[in-house]
Amino acid sequence: MEMLWFWLVSVMIAIYAVMDGFDFGAGILHHLVARTDTERREVLGAIGPYWDGNEVWLLAGGGSLFLAFPKVLASGFSGFYLAMFMVVWTLILRGIAIEFRSHVADRMWRGFWDFVFTFASVLLPVLLGAALGNVVRGVPLDDSGYFNIPLFTHFGTHNPVGILDWYTVLMGVFVLLTIASHGALYLAWKTEGAVHERARKVALPMWVLTAVLGGLATLATAYVNPDIYANLPNAPLAWIGLVLFLGGLATVFWGQLRRRHLLAFIGSAAFIVGLLAATAACVFPVMLKSSLDPAWSLTAYNAAVSPHGLRAGAKWWFLGFPVAVAYFVFLFRIHRGKVKAASDGGGY
Amino acid sequence: MSDPVFWHRLQFGFTATYHYLFPQLTMGLALFIVLFKLLARRVGGERYQDAARFWIRIFGISFAVGVVTGIPMEFQFGTNWARFSQRAGGVIGQTLAMEGLFAFFLESSFLGVLLWGEKRFGRRVHDLAAWALFLGSWLRGYFIIVTNAFMQHPVGHRVALDGTFQIASLFTYLLNPWALVEYAHNMIAAVVTASFVVCAVGAYYGLRDVHQDQAKIFLRTGVVVGLLASLLVAFPTGDRQGKLVAAHQPAALAAMEGRWNSGTWAEINFIGQPDVPNRRLDNPLRMPGILSFIAYGAFDSNVKGLSEFPPDQWPPNIELLYYSFHIMVGLGTIFIALMALAAFQLWRGALAKSRWLLWVLLLAFPFPYIATTAGWMTAELGRQPWLLHGLLRTRDGTSHLVHSGETVFTSLGFAGLFVILGFLFVYLIMREIAHGPVPHGTSATH
Repeated sequence: MEMLWFWLVSVMIAIYAVMDGFDFGAGILHHLVARTDTERREVLGAIGPYWDGNEVWLLAGGGSLFLAFPKVLASGFSGFYLAMFMVVWTLILRGIAIEFRSHVADRMWRGFWDFVFTFASVLLPVLLGAALGNVVRGVPLDDSGYFNIPLFTHFGTHNPVGILDWYTVLMGVFVLLTIASHGALYLAWKTEGAVHERARKVALPMWVLTAVLGGLATLATAYVNPDIYANLPNAPLAWIGLVLFLGGLATVFWGQLRRRHLLAFIGSAAFIVGLLAATAACVFPVMLKSSLDPAWSLTAYNAAVSPHGLRAGAKWWFLGFPVAVAYFVFLFRIHRGKVKAASDGGGY
Repeated sequence: MSDPVFWHRLQFGFTATYHYLFPQLTMGLALFIVLFKLLARRVGGERYQDAARFWIRIFGISFAVGVVTGIPMEFQFGTNWARFSQRAGGVIGQTLAMEGLFAFFLESSFLGVLLWGEKRFGRRVHDLAAWALFLGSWLRGYFIIVTNAFMQHPVGHRVALDGTFQIASLFTYLLNPWALVEYAHNMIAAVVTASFVVCAVGAYYGLRDVHQDQAKIFLRTGVVVGLLASLLVAFPTGDRQGKLVAAHQPAALAAMEGRWNSGTWAEINFIGQPDVPNRRLDNPLRMPGILSFIAYGAFDSNVKGLSEFPPDQWPPNIELLYYSFHIMVGLGTIFIALMALAAFQLWRGALAKSRWLLWVLLLAFPFPYIATTAGWMTAELGRQPWLLHGLLRTRDGTSHLVHSGETVFTSLGFAGLFVILGFLFVYLIMREIAHGPVPHGTSATH
């Protein structure tokens, strides 16, 4: 049961990364690929129907973490206190920017919200990437299962650590680039005209950079947390993740060169899922690693709620999950085809 | 003031209170939108469609602010109340996860269709979206209320060996009697808020002699729904809620009424100022027997005073609790009177012509917000000093490693951000109201 919930939470985080990833990617590239108001409304129109639902995967994933592993939620959220609120504020600003921008047809108003949208879309992947970096590097959990670290200290990976150090910032930049490249492929798929052309052109060099940085991040991870790869031989899921990761990357380049944009986008989704799956399989069962003493780490086994709670939750989870997926299938079906900014000014 | 618990409570109280200004309107408006859509089908005519479209635009703005101000709620369980989350997560995690999976997805998937999809997807899909938003937001309300009801009156749990609370029966937890009553009371209060807002906009157009057709629809629907909801929020739901407090939180009831000594024929205080150090109520205006009747259904029943309870089980902020309760009850009574008067005038066909009454209806719209806020303050201050009533004290639920330097920083950050959000919200709502419920496509900005 504990293992099942570890994977259910991981699945939701992976779906979140893929889904909200494409609308964040569109936000990062907003100023780059869209110059006129009509073009910017195409970008917003391409993500408008989905972004709110995409973000729910984060909240639902957090809810599932709460349900199954409240100790991890309590320790992680309070330990990363300031960074958590930066995430919250960024999410608030971004949501408001998307929803409020098109209410007023005024250049100054829209220019302001365009800036806020891009700013928030850039900041959040860096923060989430840094969070992933913290999970891999470990945090100074004490024997009570709690910690609290500042935003930064000396930028080194040894204690006293901060949330930001050279490794977590590297992870942040890697995630930022991955998400931006992912968004470029989404826009290339869903738009046409100038936005499509620009998105298509930036995608290739960005993916080359992502692959290079990915290699760098892998080496850095081996340096910061050598144990992580020690699990590799006996973690079959990690191998599947690795295959997805590399296969996804190949599909991205192949789809790009063949101009099959949906295929390339699916490749980049596989790349992200593979990366997260491999990471999850390598760290399992550790969810929050203690850098002070491995025995103090929070794992899927010592942080879980009672087996009865896990079973009860699993029953309705498997009822609700297909319904949630069905909503998205419905959404993508009714919005199929390329996005056009409504000529009468309606919509985003 | 440098007590970390104070700042954790202030931040959560502030962000929750501010957040709830928006969902109470959207949950109520969701009902109105569905109602206007039904009327458009039954009675026919574009007028009701126009009414629905206008309120969907207001709904959209309020919903957006509600969504983004709701995000900190989810996070603050972990960031500020870590020890509470760790100990109670085995129970409340169930409903918080259900909220995401069953309600959030439903709402967020159909929001775009409701806001922008009428022309593109046709009327049937658009009506479906209205129902989805109504269902989603009312369902979400239930999961939140169950979570809160567990804090007020814990059921369906067991205490594990390590001191954590684990779910024993999911159904007992989900069907907590406290939750059923609190949910009905709270959702009807949301309808009261929405109907006062709908009335106020109708009155505003009526007073200015613009959009007369829509002004009549808004006033008629708003007054009828408003009267029903104002009655239901007091009786039976408010009444049942009071009896639950009397049965399960007797110390809270005593503090709400500023009652120090036990006795039969307990009086209700209409006005008066509690003097806590001297344990008395100054300048009381009271009527005997009423509190006994409200609490236990008999005028001569004995209602306990605070002196019966050890002071470490008293709600720590008796003054604020006392005023919150009295403001809620006082305003609720005034709502019934005002809506009854408006309904009478409507029945006589004189509402549109009674300008003074339109003025009152216009100026009345902030008061349901105040009453709802006061109601939640009554519930939450009355629950103190407990976080989980009788099980876990508030001061034992905070994130103990988070220091005040961090919480003051984030509290101030929220204060600044929410002031800006408030201005933006008011600006956009005023624009929509000024623009008016005119047929679709006549404006360049929508």
